[in-house]
Amino acid sequence: MIGFFKKKNKKPEEVEEIVETVEEVQEVQEVSQPETGWFSRLTKGLSKTSNKLTENIGAVLTKKKLDADTLEELEEALIVADMGPETAMKLTVALSKERFGKDITDEEVREFLADEIEKVLEPVMQTLVLEKQENGPCVVLMAGVNGAGKTTTIGKMAHYYSSQGKKVMLAAGDTFRAAAVEQLKVWGERSNCPVISKDTGADAGALAYEAYAEAKKQNMDILFIDTAGRLQNRTELMAELEKVVRVIKKQDETAPHATLLVLDATTGQNAHSQVDIFSRAANVSGLVMTKLDGSAKGGVIVSLAEKFKTPIYAIGIGEKIDDLRSFEAKAFARSLMGLSE
Amino acid sequence: MFDNLTDRLSGAFDGIFKRGILTEDAVNQAMREVRVALLEADVSLPIAKDFVEKVKAEAIGEKVLKSVKPGEQVVKIVNDALVETLGSTNEGLNIAHTPPVAILMVGLQGSGKTTSSAKLGKFLTEKERKKVLMVSLDTQRPAAQEQLQLLGQQINVDTLEIIKGQSPVDIAKRGMDSGKKEGYDVVILDTAGRLSIDKELMSEVEAVRNLTKPRETLLVADAMTGQDAVTTADNFNSQIGVTGIILTRIDGDARGGAALSMKAVTGCPVKFMGTGEKTDALELFHPERIADRILGMGDVVSLVEKAAETIEQADAEKMAKKFQKGKFDLEDFASQLKQMRKMGGFSSIMSLMPGMGKLKSAIEDANIDDTVIKQQEAILSSMTKKERSEPRILNASRRKRIASGSGTSVQDVNRLLKQFQQMQTMMKKMRKMGGKGLMQSISGMLGGGGGQELEAMAAKMGMDIPAGLSDNSDSPLGANPFDDNGGLPSNNAANNPMGANPFAGDSMLGMGGMPELENGRPMKMNKRKKAQAKRRKGKN
Ligand SMILES: Nc1nc2c(ncn2[C@@H]2O[C@H](COP(=O)(O)OP(=O)(O)O)[C@@H](O)[C@H]2O)c(=O)[nH]1
Ligand SMILES: [Mg+2]
Repeated sequence: MIGFFKKKNKKPEEVEEIVETVEEVQEVQEVSQPETGWFSRLTKGLSKTSNKLTENIGAVLTKKKLDADTLEELEEALIVADMGPETAMKLTVALSKERFGKDITDEEVREFLADEIEKVLEPVMQTLVLEKQENGPCVVLMAGVNGAGKTTTIGKMAHYYSSQGKKVMLAAGDTFRAAAVEQLKVWGERSNCPVISKDTGADAGALAYEAYAEAKKQNMDILFIDTAGRLQNRTELMAELEKVVRVIKKQDETAPHATLLVLDATTGQNAHSQVDIFSRAANVSGLVMTKLDGSAKGGVIVSLAEKFKTPIYAIGIGEKIDDLRSFEAKAFARSLMGLSE
Repeated sequence: MFDNLTDRLSGAFDGIFKRGILTEDAVNQAMREVRVALLEADVSLPIAKDFVEKVKAEAIGEKVLKSVKPGEQVVKIVNDALVETLGSTNEGLNIAHTPPVAILMVGLQGSGKTTSSAKLGKFLTEKERKKVLMVSLDTQRPAAQEQLQLLGQQINVDTLEIIKGQSPVDIAKRGMDSGKKEGYDVVILDTAGRLSIDKELMSEVEAVRNLTKPRETLLVADAMTGQDAVTTADNFNSQIGVTGIILTRIDGDARGGAALSMKAVTGCPVKFMGTGEKTDALELFHPERIADRILGMGDVVSLVEKAAETIEQADAEKMAKKFQKGKFDLEDFASQLKQMRKMGGFSSIMSLMPGMGKLKSAIEDANIDDTVIKQQEAILSSMTKKERSEPRILNASRRKRIASGSGTSVQDVNRLLKQFQQMQTMMKKMRKMGGKGLMQSISGMLGGGGGQELEAMAAKMGMDIPAGLSDNSDSPLGANPFDDNGGLPSNNAANNPMGANPFAGDSMLGMGGMPELENGRPMKMNKRKKAQAKRRKGKN
């Protein structure tokens, strides 16, 4: 399962680059050895997150007794990771139930919380299986708010699946934003996948319809359909998304076989509204969280998992074509708490 | 999760609030709620903590207006502090300088820089009559330069010719040169999105800044941004020097706490808000709007504000006592009317009440407008003081005199007196009912519970209720209560609980202190309605 997005070894210069950035960025943390597996990359992506949490928690627990003040500061550290006040409280309450008033080490606190977070994330850690259907391609619809990373994620996934030997086609369903079609075409070139497109302003449903017919004709395994970014409170735009789904169903009633909601790790508690409303409009089957290479911590994933239990398939850790990883509950939780693999 | 801070605080204050003053204990408890509310609205933790400390100091010892609930009073204090921290409305662009003046747009990936660049280009061209050149330095994201070019064509603003393979610094140089040679006033430099911890890309944009010496460096940030807002804003500001913030996607349903975080950490004003995908969806920043959002409520705060402005504390207290004793004379009636008019009249008060939209239109349909209030005020002012405090002495000849003095008819005077009588009756009944207030029941009804509640209450009060009011039909107020012939049927005060009866209006506001209502829970906002209103707003 881990092999899904597992990276081959990096080119030497690239490794050097990483080490340099890591050194510069993480003055506080010991520089880890330049590992090349996906975990080190994830840890690198989440390094800021872990640092911040580690610092906070470290500072909190110089006095080893778990008291109310300590718990409050701990709770705050979790909030800073965007977990939201509710989840942060739940986690600290869980900790205090077991250990209140007892001596506890910094390491133990982190282990405990990482375990708790892992328990929440474990059920949503799922593998995205995209299999060609009997009567046509496997259809993947990509949805999300503006700028979340939908097009980029399609580019990365197209690359991954085509390098797995699948025949992949892309549909430039963002017919609204200027140059969105051109952007997807570039990703098509990069990943060596054909792109079906119409002019900007064309009907997104019609484009999806044609793309499906074309993908079927060309005997494609997977068809990725991009969509225009839309804010979930815009009912007319959500209705448009519903319409795209309806049109897709005209040719294959079981399609889309996956509807992925792309979330930006920088987003705070509004992610809840996004998952809620997009799920209702487009029956979201799984999440992808992008931009985990930044300073944002993406902790909202934990409260999302708790509340919606929507599978999380992948994370984005950069703008390059191979900056996509499968979501690993344990690694994410441990990395969030600044623990090693 | 709580719907808004008012709900939250009313819970926090249950049983704490006592002597008309915000005690430290009460404030402490309230501040915990404020803090959580801020965090849920994505205000960054350090900023939320500072803010709460500041507000707490202000709130302790603050007198609570008799007229408002202590929770609302705290909300007002919090709101005022929020607005103050968020800054003023009119922070225009600082571009009065030898042309071409550079404006540098920076921010994270996907924050909306390119769209904002185009919006700004259009704004400066059309509103400020500037000759603008837009330049995309985004060589990272595929087709980013083409995107700006296309937008430029749409809005008729020039863009720099795209030459592939040039570095951002080279493009910037070329842009400034063209700006000079071709007589542009402003050159907008759109840059690639970058993470604030990406050393390489941050020094690249630093080089662009050194070369172009922008008068404005605008950090473009998404209103949905979470706790990371402080980190990102701080890093951009300390590394390249930000002069202002553009908050995008404010048309979404995010609470927008990031605005407060970024303003607080950089000290830079939020200059614009992006309110939609179209190129004209750019507005000057309105701190009040963001403050309302962060607190998650509509206009409750401005209502409290108005009440605070118009009601004198002493008056309110005096009246509350009178109510308690069941003494309420025409003098009081007059001052109630005055307060109501000061607050912008009946319909304005109604429009400020969450969930009151339906009743508002009903009242408009029923012709209960402010002219009635004015007329009644005229009648009351034509009375002598003695007549107002002892309405019993108002015999036929006195009524005649009052009518001609106020330019009304005797019928008008009679109607007012009848109404006054009903108010007294209703007040007595409501006092007997104890804590459950009329308005609470009415709001329950509006919340979708149908008319039963109101009917049940009316039955309890020994009144009957016009069918229209309970079944939400077109004319919920039934017959126009000001109808010449009927006037108000006596012993049927509920016929007109929301109409020209200023007492009902006041108790709804908690104004003038119906003591029984004061400890009641504040009206819950009708969630469904609120969502509808939001959606409607989004469409425009
Ligand atoms: N650093 C980083 N940037 C990303 C990631 N995913 C996407 N982006 C960038 O985010 C911006 C918006 O992405 P795009 O795919 O155009 O978003 P869309 O509007 O949802 O299609 C682009 O500049 C992307 O390069 C990621 O995982 N990390
Ligand atoms: Mg896109």
